[in-house]
Amino acid sequence: MEPILNIKNLTMKFGGLTALNSVDIAIKKGEIAALIGPNGAGKTTLFNCITGIYEPTEGDVQITPPGKPTDSLNGLKPNIVTERGLARTFQNIRLFHGMTVLENVMIGRHCRLKSGILGAMFKPKSQKLEEQQAVADSYEILEKIGLEQFVNEMAINLPYGAQRRLEIARALATNPFLLLLDEPAAGMNPQETKELDDLIIWLRDNENVSILLIEHDMKLVMSLSDNIHVVDYGKKIAEGTALEIKNNPIVIKAYLGDESEDA
Amino acid sequence: MKWLNIILGAAVAGILAFFAVKEIIHDPVYFLELFLGGLTRGSIYALIAVGYTMVYGIIELINFAHGEIYMIGGYTALIVASVLGLWGYNEVVIVILAFVFAIAYSCAYGFTVEKIAYKPLRNAPRLSALISAIGMSLFLQNYVMLAQTPEYLPFPELIPQFEFWEPWAHIITAPEMMIILTTVIVTALLGMLIKFTKMGKSMRASSQDKIMSALVGINVNKVISTTFVVGSATAAIGGVLIACHVGQINFFVGFLAGIKAFVAAVLGGIGSIPGAVLGSLVLGWTESFFTGYFWSEYEDVCAFTFLVVILIFRPSGILGRKETKKV
Amino acid sequence: MITKNEIKQSFFLSMWAIILTFPLMVIKVNTIKNIVIFRWWNILYVAIGAFVASLLWNYLLRRKEEGAKKDTKDSIPIVHRLLQNQKFRLPFLATIGVIALVYPFVTPMYHTSIMISALVYVILGLGLNIVVGLAGLLDLGYVFFYAIGAYAYALLNLHFGISFWIVLPLSALLGALFGTLLGYPVLRLRGDYLAIVTLGFGEIIRIVLENWVEFSNGPRGIRNIPGPDSFGIELTQHQSVIYIYFIIIAVCLITIFFVQRLENSRIGRAWIAMRDDEIACQAMGIDKTKTKLTAFALGATWAGLAGVIFAAKTSYINPMSFTIWESITILCVVVIGGMGSAVGVIAGALVLILLPEYLRAVAEYRMLVFGALQVVVMVFKPEGLIEAVRKTYKYKKIKE
Ligand SMILES: Nc1ncnc2c1ncn2[C@@H]1O[C@H](COP(=O)(O)OP(=O)(O)O)[C@@H](O)[C@H]1O
Ligand SMILES: [Mg+2]
Repeated sequence: MEPILNIKNLTMKFGGLTALNSVDIAIKKGEIAALIGPNGAGKTTLFNCITGIYEPTEGDVQITPPGKPTDSLNGLKPNIVTERGLARTFQNIRLFHGMTVLENVMIGRHCRLKSGILGAMFKPKSQKLEEQQAVADSYEILEKIGLEQFVNEMAINLPYGAQRRLEIARALATNPFLLLLDEPAAGMNPQETKELDDLIIWLRDNENVSILLIEHDMKLVMSLSDNIHVVDYGKKIAEGTALEIKNNPIVIKAYLGDESEDA
Repeated sequence: MKWLNIILGAAVAGILAFFAVKEIIHDPVYFLELFLGGLTRGSIYALIAVGYTMVYGIIELINFAHGEIYMIGGYTALIVASVLGLWGYNEVVIVILAFVFAIAYSCAYGFTVEKIAYKPLRNAPRLSALISAIGMSLFLQNYVMLAQTPEYLPFPELIPQFEFWEPWAHIITAPEMMIILTTVIVTALLGMLIKFTKMGKSMRASSQDKIMSALVGINVNKVISTTFVVGSATAAIGGVLIACHVGQINFFVGFLAGIKAFVAAVLGGIGSIPGAVLGSLVLGWTESFFTGYFWSEYEDVCAFTFLVVILIFRPSGILGRKETKKV
Repeated sequence: MITKNEIKQSFFLSMWAIILTFPLMVIKVNTIKNIVIFRWWNILYVAIGAFVASLLWNYLLRRKEEGAKKDTKDSIPIVHRLLQNQKFRLPFLATIGVIALVYPFVTPMYHTSIMISALVYVILGLGLNIVVGLAGLLDLGYVFFYAIGAYAYALLNLHFGISFWIVLPLSALLGALFGTLLGYPVLRLRGDYLAIVTLGFGEIIRIVLENWVEFSNGPRGIRNIPGPDSFGIELTQHQSVIYIYFIIIAVCLITIFFVQRLENSRIGRAWIAMRDDEIACQAMGIDKTKTKLTAFALGATWAGLAGVIFAAKTSYINPMSFTIWESITILCVVVIGGMGSAVGVIAGALVLILLPEYLRAVAEYRMLVFGALQVVVMVFKPEGLIEAVRKTYKYKKIKE
């Protein structure tokens, strides 16, 4: 079967710095894949290239949404990429502070709704129904993610762990077939991390989304992932199951080397 | 888009060159006058624009009050010169003291403005800082207007019409010559300051990454203050020179000149000092030729239209490089 | 509590202020008459003023820091609490309605006339609030669209005798059209260049109106613009002022109604999302350019409307009514009133326009105070006079 996301030969240069060096990654339908690597390896840059926030120097990004033909994402604007069914979260939480939790999720629904300026001003029946539906859908998503007690809170007032989950809820609201999570467990306590672990598996099993996540919490990565991709200095150095990666000497060297530098 | 840019650029350059050649043949002296007029104008813009570009480079803020700093420089020179003139001081002393006080006061104002209106907003949304900057500009204008007068005041001729220059004075006057020379010297000094001194290195580092700079021991607050002070000093020089050149001053002169200088900085590629100088010269010439050959009433219209056109085709300005904002 | 340290600091600051303001505040030159006046007393005023201002600044800074520590949840402004509370909502609105209704009948014409000016700013403020407050686009050339509306009415009426009631909706369309035309090239630029470019456009329209005499009658302006068509009924001067008053009240209500609806719609949410985080907003599937353009065009719509009413009310317009100061005044209304908050903007317009009208003594200092307020509000209370409050949704579970 075609991979739902197929990255080929992706290269990203910032002036003299090569943040990504011809990276190939393929994600299969229904899998939870992890992208790991030391800090500054280029993981977030990869997400930015896939989602159209950066324009890659070279390479192809192709998607095959379930039940649809293969399509290229090259050169598309971020909002179009999201419309095509890829949604992401941000490593440094980027919620909309001036809005309530529910409204944040409703922003995720935006690209699936239609009402325009005149609709907003004159509120015909169709627009009213659409709006009610959007509220109901968004609320439902919050329930699934376990944030329903915060519905009308301002997003900025949420506890940290809840903010990370809200990022996921918001992404989920765009109806993606692939979720890109950038360090979703960063800053969470063990209890929250455990809940996140369950949530991610639940999403895959019940929401029909595949997941690509960047994560530093190795325990989480090892327990969750069907497939792990390792990058270092912008190069992909390994791919495999948790067991294979654990015992891969190249990966160990990349990480240990990194640690000895830190010390 | 790239090819379209090149073809359009070439076409525009071709048309301009054609008209230029035609006009040069038709009336070479008039052309030369306009050329030098544009050069003078551009030089003054450059003195203001470097301040904008340095500040923008370091805190990514359009310092709307910069034009007012420049106006305050001019005004201070006027006050100092008038008082000293009344007390019967020698002309040379007056010129020197007027410049010294203008620079000192502009620096003091630039420093204070940063501390009051920008420093508390360093981590606030960009829009907040921008509005604060506009508020500051509004405040300073009205402060000068209320403390002095809303009217235009004649500005004393600080720079004399040297006798030895007489034969050439019909093409370019001595004050104009002074303006161009001063700009060359000041921007050269500024370039060296940024390239070779420790403070200059800190400035470049801070404009790249403030957090990293702070981590390696650079006092970012001090760097920002210095940037404001240096920018204010060049603006003050510009303020005095242009007031001499135009022969009058009022509280509002800083606003439009400041905006135009910012336009010049953006044209050249914001953040880059050579860019600011180049953009200023281009703007100076554009305005000079436009008003000389077409309509003189529409000088400002020309400047802004020119800016929009350039920005549409080269969003990062003439010398600016395309940058990917880190996400 | 004021600490000893603060007093010391304020003392030094006031010394610094004396030095800083010495040439401008103490010496007054007039190079026309060649006189120099020394105003030594000003040193004292500056010293005291700076000392007090510095203490106040420290106090506000302390309060802000304490406020940041506390939870901000309970700080919903009183107006909003009145509006949200079912018991008070109706009486509150009814009171305002009654005041608005009887106002022109119980006060002299002069006051009605001033109130009309203030209400023009309510419309302008609400319009600019869409652009600046909701969408976060700093538009310094808002006056462009205001001028379009005013000149559209003046010229269409002068040349073709077209009635107020036809130009009014037409000007809204014209505003939107010009908003789109200008916005299209400009909105793709980096965010803060927008401020400069729009400022440029605002200046351009003024310069063109001043110089294109055949079109606009230049600096002399257009005189004798008729008031709103009263369908054949003869009105005295006082009656016609009252007539305009109620027209503008109606337009204000319409503005509030639509702006409120927009704010809580799919489009309005997209504006706020874009203001809060442009990158995240795009990543959530929102088209940046389109969203900016709708905000820009819809903001311009209200300026067009306000322009027509302004022209009909003053019966005389010239380019000096449409300077950069006008744009900045409207911006102050939005910023000081409360960006993104319709109630705030309305209050802001009434306070900022009415106060200087009645306190003639301070009118001279109006712009000085506006400037200072902009800085102070941004530093200490970026949400403005009356903070924006988002709509809360009640969720009825759909049982399956
Ligand atoms: N917009 C940018 N401009 C310049 N350098 C960048 C930009 N974005 C990322 N980088 C650089 O690319 C490298 C990879 O960064 P990133 O992808 O964030 O790493 P990580 O794997 O920790 O997520 C880093 O050296 C970073 O500094
Ligand atoms: Mg990262």
